[in-house]
Amino acid sequence: MTIFWVFVYLVIVAFLGYLGYRHTKGASDYLVAGRKVHPFIMALSYGATFISTSAIVGFGGAAGVFGMGLLYLTFLNIFVGIFIAFIFFGKRTRRMGYHLDAHTFPELLGRRFQSPFVQKFAGIIIFLFMPLYAAVVLIGAAKYIEQQFAIDYATALLFFTLIVAVYVIMGGLKGVMYTDAFQGSIMAIGMLTLIIFTYYDLGGIIKSHADLTALTPPPPLAAKGHMGWTSMPALGSDFWWTLVSTIIMGVGIGVLAQPQLVVRFMTVKSNRELNRAVAIGGIFILLMTGVAFTSGALSNVWFTKNEKGVKYCEISGAILEVCPGKKVVKIDEKNIEKFKAQFKDIKPGDEIDLHKGIPHKETTKGSLAIVAAGGVVENIIPQFVKHAMPHWFSILFMLTLLAAAMSTLSSQFHAMGTAIGRDFYMQILKDKKAAEERSVFINKMGIGVTILVSLTLAYFLPVIYSKGEAIIARGTSIFFGLCAGTFLPAYISALYLKRITKAGVVAGMLSGFTVAFFWLVFVLEKEAIAIGLCQALFGKPTLLSSPWTMVDPMFISFPTSLVVTLVVSLFTKKLSEEHVAHCFQGLEK
Amino acid sequence: MLGLGDVWVFMAYLLCIASAILCAVYGFVKWNDDEEPYTDEAKRWVQEEAEIEKTL
Repeated sequence: MTIFWVFVYLVIVAFLGYLGYRHTKGASDYLVAGRKVHPFIMALSYGATFISTSAIVGFGGAAGVFGMGLLYLTFLNIFVGIFIAFIFFGKRTRRMGYHLDAHTFPELLGRRFQSPFVQKFAGIIIFLFMPLYAAVVLIGAAKYIEQQFAIDYATALLFFTLIVAVYVIMGGLKGVMYTDAFQGSIMAIGMLTLIIFTYYDLGGIIKSHADLTALTPPPPLAAKGHMGWTSMPALGSDFWWTLVSTIIMGVGIGVLAQPQLVVRFMTVKSNRELNRAVAIGGIFILLMTGVAFTSGALSNVWFTKNEKGVKYCEISGAILEVCPGKKVVKIDEKNIEKFKAQFKDIKPGDEIDLHKGIPHKETTKGSLAIVAAGGVVENIIPQFVKHAMPHWFSILFMLTLLAAAMSTLSSQFHAMGTAIGRDFYMQILKDKKAAEERSVFINKMGIGVTILVSLTLAYFLPVIYSKGEAIIARGTSIFFGLCAGTFLPAYISALYLKRITKAGVVAGMLSGFTVAFFWLVFVLEKEAIAIGLCQALFGKPTLLSSPWTMVDPMFISFPTSLVVTLVVSLFTKKLSEEHVAHCFQGLEK
Repeated sequence: MLGLGDVWVFMAYLLCIASAILCAVYGFVKWNDDEEPYTDEAKRWVQEEAEIEKTL
């Protein structure tokens, strides 16, 4: 049944893609059709590109661990990602993009500051690092398919990547907003249904919140600063830094400099459409991340109550089907007595596997969401939907996630393709005519390579990171943080600061990127340990100690880049007055 | 506080709803503002965008 509806959905998407493709074939048709994009379509298209499986499965799962404090990210998604982005960035981007005939984000920055280097550098950063973001979107979708169809992760990942690749090749990249808008509509219906069911199932808004408040965090979480699922973590604790700096601020602010979103502003006819899109976009995002984070946190109430009699493993506490089948416990002075009856010769410091030689015993006693999901953050939302919701909703939610992933991935591959083709390759080749002739090949090669790299990352990331790690949330945060540090000061300068010079922007972007990269490789605990370069070079896992090891790179790289841009601009040659006047034409008010 | 445990999370809950309302009010109040003529510059941009799409 699920497969049938997935098939129907894919046929509709393919049909809409085909219609759009026919429209864009004739330039004159496109001029008419393309310029009449309804604000509803534009807003849903932007929203569908903005929100992916990363937000729903990844960050929704993170809310199952961190709690409803994640709603600050929803607030930033709406206030910064829609309100500020459309009104203060979108309107200027649109006009400046036309003045400079810029079609990509790197091209906008490069032409604004008359620097081919800026364009090439931005292009190569996008090409090299966006696959990480695409990979976590793939992980989100594959994790859901894995849970829904009870197939292994690698098969689910390969199956989904194949669908996306076909979609991308068939026309998902043709800039057809109607496909995105259709996908956006499915997402809106799916998420609205999810929140209604969640609150209804748990006895209403206030009761479900109160039940969540009544849950006590277990000692390992409390030790890291967890104060409960409806409270913020203890100020300054490890949990607080991760939640506030990496998850909330890194992603909440980083959205302003997302290359695949910036180009969307240029596709509307006038600023009037952007005004209208603000209204629809704000509500859409509330429905997406607001619902995902609330439901993710509330899933703890459902899993612990276990009203539907789901079977859990008595040893691990996980739902039987996701029970890892291995539960390693380190023996210490406190727990040694408890395990002595089962394991005779144990001593403190030993590691024992509780499942060894013991068949799974079933129980209907529920667990916290992360325990019930087998210790995998990304399993929380899929398991919650699968067991707590009616079967027909699982199908709708499957389509919601397919839509969310496909719309985001197509725009990501679009951005990566143009980044390597138009922004890098065509800029380094002297013979422009030859470069243009080869551009189709290079773009397609670029897209092919990025799909393969994203697929490889999506396969290995869950292996590299240990269980209990919010891989999707971390991966998204890293990319958003990198964009904020490298591009945001340059982007703000491009739109608002006439005095900023070419040298200032080059220095700012290079310093922002260097600091962010350094922080990622040598300071940020989880990433530095996973990469291992710091250990190899300096013999220790990270160069600094807590709390710095929890602070998101954006907190350091963004101010650094901003200050460097401003200071270097004070001492270097201004751009010509004619050029600046041309860029800011009509933007004086 | 709607059953929520601390005032910060309660504020986050309200801010989400308030910011969505702000967006809605802004969009509806300015529904007909800022219409612009379709300039030659914009036409040129759209034409080139169509060309780029073909290379993908």
